[in-house]
Amino acid sequence: MKKLLLLAGFAALLYACGGNSQQEDKQAETTPSASEPAPAATAPVDGVGKFKDVQIPATLDAAMADKGQTVFDVKCSSCHKLTDEKLVGPGWKDVTKRNTAAWIMNFVTNVDEMLNTDPKAQAQLEICLVRMPNQNLSDDDARHIYEFMRKNDGVK
Amino acid sequence: MNKISTIGFGILATVTALSFNACKPKNTGTAISGDAAAKAFVAPGQYDEFYNFVSGGFSGQLSTYGLPSGRLLRVIPVFSVDPEKGWGYSEESKPMLMTSHGFIPWDDLHHTELSQTNGEIDGRWVFGNANNTPRVARIDLKTFRTAEIIELPNSAGNHSSPFITENTEYVVAGTRFSVPPDYVDGDVPISSYKQNFKGTISFISVGKEDGKMDIAFQLLLPGVNFDLSHAGKGPSHGWFFFSCYNSEQANTLLEVNASQRDKDFILAVNWKKAEEYLKAGKGEKKKVRYARNTWDESTHSGKHEILEEVTVLDAVALKDICYLIPCPKSPHGCDVDPTGEYIVGSGKLAALIPVFSYTKMQKAIADKAFEGEYEGIPVIKYESALHGEVQKPGLGPLHTEFDGKGNAYTSFFVSSEIVKWNIKDLKVLDRAPTYYSIGHLSIPGGDTKKPNAKYVVAYNKITKDRYLPTGPELAQSAQLYDISGDKMQLINDFPTIGEPHYAQSAHADIIRPNSVKIFKIEDNKHPYAAKGEKESRVVREGNKVHVYMTSIRSHFSPDNIEGVKVGDEVLFHVTNLEQDWDVPHGFAVKGADNAELLIMPGETQTLKWVPEKVGIYPIYCTDFCSALHQEMQGYVRVSPKGSNVPLTFSLGKNSSDAKSPENNGNGGQPK
Repeated sequence: MKKLLLLAGFAALLYACGGNSQQEDKQAETTPSASEPAPAATAPVDGVGKFKDVQIPATLDAAMADKGQTVFDVKCSSCHKLTDEKLVGPGWKDVTKRNTAAWIMNFVTNVDEMLNTDPKAQAQLEICLVRMPNQNLSDDDARHIYEFMRKNDGVK
Repeated sequence: MNKISTIGFGILATVTALSFNACKPKNTGTAISGDAAAKAFVAPGQYDEFYNFVSGGFSGQLSTYGLPSGRLLRVIPVFSVDPEKGWGYSEESKPMLMTSHGFIPWDDLHHTELSQTNGEIDGRWVFGNANNTPRVARIDLKTFRTAEIIELPNSAGNHSSPFITENTEYVVAGTRFSVPPDYVDGDVPISSYKQNFKGTISFISVGKEDGKMDIAFQLLLPGVNFDLSHAGKGPSHGWFFFSCYNSEQANTLLEVNASQRDKDFILAVNWKKAEEYLKAGKGEKKKVRYARNTWDESTHSGKHEILEEVTVLDAVALKDICYLIPCPKSPHGCDVDPTGEYIVGSGKLAALIPVFSYTKMQKAIADKAFEGEYEGIPVIKYESALHGEVQKPGLGPLHTEFDGKGNAYTSFFVSSEIVKWNIKDLKVLDRAPTYYSIGHLSIPGGDTKKPNAKYVVAYNKITKDRYLPTGPELAQSAQLYDISGDKMQLINDFPTIGEPHYAQSAHADIIRPNSVKIFKIEDNKHPYAAKGEKESRVVREGNKVHVYMTSIRSHFSPDNIEGVKVGDEVLFHVTNLEQDWDVPHGFAVKGADNAELLIMPGETQTLKWVPEKVGIYPIYCTDFCSALHQEMQGYVRVSPKGSNVPLTFSLGKNSSDAKSPENNGNGGQPK
């Protein structure tokens, strides 16, 4: 846990170096400090953000997945591979098996808050040590990306 | 400034929050008091209340300060190259500095003017003038970038610019240096000034929605020096007022020869009348050459075009457009009060300030109360247009701004002070010393219908002992006075870039909400954009090598390039894939005869490099971007001319993943 706190501090430092500490984004700055209790282990499985309990049909929506791939090509592929190999960020293989749809969609649309408060996201940061950039994805982009991830994970 | 008081100021500069009545050049009022620091203090992390757009003078740029703190927020490159930002160095920005004389890397920006709607600042654009090679620039306040620059033909020394009408219908530009027009043979003796030299005033129309600038018409006028100007407003909307000097028409030693007459003039221009003549086809189309350069935010590129025609209205032959009002002693400032009724002329060598009345001027014109003509233009009798004179206000009045409460604030260069006076009864109400030799002054909205008169800023020509010395060359200074009470109170003092002339301020609420944070990568229409690493590649076209490069925290793609040869023209088109605020990437190449690129999120910019020597050339990101910024680098191999090293490019060593889309986009080149 000590390490996690240290990491959170480091993350905040990184954030500050990026010069993003603007008043409008105050919520993004609320990193846990040493005096505050660390995020509970029982954090919501869906993370923090506007998505909760997103219902996903069993079969793939191919058109949606194609749109997701377009977003991936422009905004994600620089850092993520589709295998389990880590590039800058983790490989995407089986990412939909490790996380709920809502968690992924919250992470890609609410990057800073997730990195600052969600234990799972922070654990990833501990491995990668590069904060995922906020790539300004729309809610639709997030859903499309998730469908592309499902396709990558073999959903038909 | 005698030596003793100069030393006195030196000591004072190091002491804050102390009253120093004893040391002021004139024993009038309090210059600084105990709560000054609190009034100017903006706590770390807090925002300033006003944006202050300050002309950069001989730097050619426009700087943005926060008020009341005086913190420098951004230097916007306008007329001069700026290697820090790649302005004038990137292939995209070079067209913005093109003129009919070719590429010009520098100019002298004297005045800023914020766009207005209904006589109030609307926060859309700020305009700036180029004094040397006559141009007007429009800066977009969504991006704080230069969006357009238009050159002025038949012109020299564009000083009385870029002042605007109350709905930004027009931006004006006038010749400080009269010259023979471009459409006649200019190879004439300088001594033939009276015969061959002409003044022009350009009315540049501004597109209501897109702000696009066009020279609607030029007024052809006698050869004099047009100095400053301001538009009428309210009842006087439709008129524009210009100060002019050198009515002697001297072409040498103007310091003496242009100061012979007791009075020069304020030129009153009825531009609605000029519009009528224009509509009636009274304008003459003249063949000239001038540049118009526009920035396209979707292609992230400037476009340079040469225009070849301008419509000229002869303001002497066409009656009722122009009238002259005599104004004492080489008038400089020409300022119109918020009601639009009073026009303040400031003679540089005068010891009084004449205030003219628009109503009286109209009556004088109707009654033909003229004292004669000057070069064919009617001269209104001084007394017939005069509201009154401010007696003994100080020495060398220059410029006047207004508080909207019936008061005027005039800067005095010679006596180094700001003087507050009442417009109606012309009585002096207060005076405050400036350190030293004030030029322009500025109140937020101080030349509009609705001033927001919390502060006045003095822009001083001499800094002397105000700051720690930095050798012979010193920063210029600005000084901030609280004018919310009856008395002016000096509360802050800050150095500025270049030499500040005129400046304007707007409340932050008008501008801040519209500030762009990123450029959407989806909207990027740059022909050489690489939207995603999949599109990154290197393509040879003859001796041109196009590098479609991407940048994201923290690597370039590709970052290893081979097969470039000595003498190739390598064009690095770098697309910043980031979509987060305040994450620009920089790009530089060892040995490049060029500056860096500074690429905003979602933008594409191009650096041209012609390698002259064989070897390995590192490239790297210049703008600290992440913990692994120092890792953001790559190499380009340059081989001799005629070498058979194939053109290859790559990123990373992991190429085994068949499913990865990034393996599909490289045209069979090795990763």
